[in-house]
Amino acid sequence: MLYREAGQFKTTYAEDMAIFPIRQDRMALAILLGIAFIGVPLLADFDIWPFGSDYLLRAILLPFLILALAAIGVNILVGYCGQISLGSGAFMAIGAYSAYKLGTGVHIPLAWLGFAISIPPLPVLLSILLGGLAAAVVGILFGVPSLRIKGLYLAVATLAAQFFFDWVFLRVSWFTNYAPSGSVSAPTLDFFGLNVGTPIERYMLCLIFVTVFAFLAKNLVRGNLGRQWMAIRDMDIAAELIGIRPLYAKLTAFAVSSFIIGVAGALWAFVYLGSWEPLAFSIDRSLQLLFMVIIGGLGSIMGAFVGAAFILILPILLNRIPSELGVPLSTETITHLEFIIFGSLICYLLIKEPHGFARLISIGKEKLRLWPFPY
Amino acid sequence: MSGVLYSLVALGFVLIFKASGVFNFAQGAMVLLAGLALVRSLDLLVANGFPLWVAIVLGIGFAAVIMAITAWLIERFVIGPLVNQDGLTLFMSTIGVTFILEGAAQMIFGSGSYPLRLFPTDAWFLFENLFPGGILVNKLDVWGGFIAGVLVAGLAIFFQRTKTGRALRAVADDHMAAQSVGIPIGWIWFVVWLVAGLVALVAATVWGTKLGVQFSITFLALKALPVLIIGGLTSVPGAIVGGLIVGAGEKLAEVFLGSHIGGGIEYWFAYVLALAVLLVRPQGLFGERIIERI
Repeated sequence: MLYREAGQFKTTYAEDMAIFPIRQDRMALAILLGIAFIGVPLLADFDIWPFGSDYLLRAILLPFLILALAAIGVNILVGYCGQISLGSGAFMAIGAYSAYKLGTGVHIPLAWLGFAISIPPLPVLLSILLGGLAAAVVGILFGVPSLRIKGLYLAVATLAAQFFFDWVFLRVSWFTNYAPSGSVSAPTLDFFGLNVGTPIERYMLCLIFVTVFAFLAKNLVRGNLGRQWMAIRDMDIAAELIGIRPLYAKLTAFAVSSFIIGVAGALWAFVYLGSWEPLAFSIDRSLQLLFMVIIGGLGSIMGAFVGAAFILILPILLNRIPSELGVPLSTETITHLEFIIFGSLICYLLIKEPHGFARLISIGKEKLRLWPFPY
Repeated sequence: MSGVLYSLVALGFVLIFKASGVFNFAQGAMVLLAGLALVRSLDLLVANGFPLWVAIVLGIGFAAVIMAITAWLIERFVIGPLVNQDGLTLFMSTIGVTFILEGAAQMIFGSGSYPLRLFPTDAWFLFENLFPGGILVNKLDVWGGFIAGVLVAGLAIFFQRTKTGRALRAVADDHMAAQSVGIPIGWIWFVVWLVAGLVALVAATVWGTKLGVQFSITFLALKALPVLIIGGLTSVPGAIVGGLIVGAGEKLAEVFLGSHIGGGIEYWFAYVLALAVLLVRPQGLFGERIIERI
């Protein structure tokens, strides 16, 4: 009843090709963005529950936004282009450390040439974006093998990236500005003279990044490039026969995906963690991102958000519910339970609903469209 | 000599891939489960006053039963329903299985680190007359090599000579054709996962004797992946040779290269090696060439 598109006639090509052709979708999105951009800051400003303490902003919304951004990146590669990657944590790390180096100034002594390259510290925004760009370049490099190898073999190749960069950022002290402990701190978050410090400011910053990138990604995947990726995913040889260049399609997928993941990594390090060490981007992070995409929905931008929300909230619920019910579990048991639940959920979703929660939502929409008179 | 141990784990991968086309990410978790089941039941039996050899026999039997149950559950609830899906879906489902097994194994059997003493771990000295100091040979490594050899021989006979082995190869070639000539595919897959589970048990006993049974044993599986790539996904001898290459290669690299660039390159050397092999020969050293057509 609520979700009826009867009477919404598209009279121009532009309307037909809009991102959200249905009015209800547009309204829902506008309301959601309104809540995110205006509602949350207002509530936080007036200390209204549950925003009274910073806990919700700092511990849930901030990681949710950044991980959702990273999940969009992973989804472009895995969900849209069908190139499975277990190295997304490494690309987050590359984004984070390149942004860190650029934000604190790069100095490359080239002793054998007799001079040194020095770049003064760049503004934070620029270094975050350039961090993403660095990740994109490395992503292309590691995407090159995907032209000869595919599927499972590629997964191992991306694992190589993961372990290699774990080691690089742990052992090559140039990247950490020779910090003795190996952990580094982000430079002050200074955007055009505005200092981003309080949780609500950090939240707004990430929200802007995520909104912009989500719209860009959404537009990209429904355009020419996105359709090329999907053709490669569905059957690469057939795609090649109809004139899609696998080289171009695969490498662009790697580049775009690593760029987004790199930006997310830089945000994760700069805005969420503040100071971090290579362990923050280990293989566990890669698997976590892959889970978000599988659970949320392969090949769906919305799925990235749903998956990120789910993976962040489940452990918290597991922590809270048993203790509220009076059967507190030990932290060990909770961790193990989490493992089991995630594992079963992945298997279950792969069997029953390979397109994840996002598909469930769109089934819900289909049903609402006919309600209350199903055929 | 850790190469032999990598080979043992890689064997489990190869078996499952050969017989069902599933790339089994869960092999490491299976090693963990088998090891924990064995070591915990051993401790329990010994604590209750059984003589050691009875405890060992019973413990291994118990672990084998656990692996059989696991194999049945996996076939029944995960792999069975996913029949005829493409490789990537199956691969991701085994990541899910990995998490279930890791969580369940530690929840049931505890998540500490447990020492396992089945094989002698002291060392022999060989050729003391030829070299100053001689060559240090660990008895455990000899045992590991011996067991790997027996396993390979046994599996080769199993694949080539028995009826089930022939059925396995038929299933690997074409699920549907195998089904249509009356091969029970569910049973075959159960057998495959069972054998993989038993190989995991063997790997767990050898590796557990060396390092103790603990969670980090699952990382062994990640080490086995490059072994697999180098040897070829479908080749049992490839797994052995690949394991030896990786085992020797990473030690040599650590000694000769690692000292120049900071050390610790054991972590990724195997992967870079695998990447290099992939670029030159995508099917691995012993793998079957992949032919694609529409």
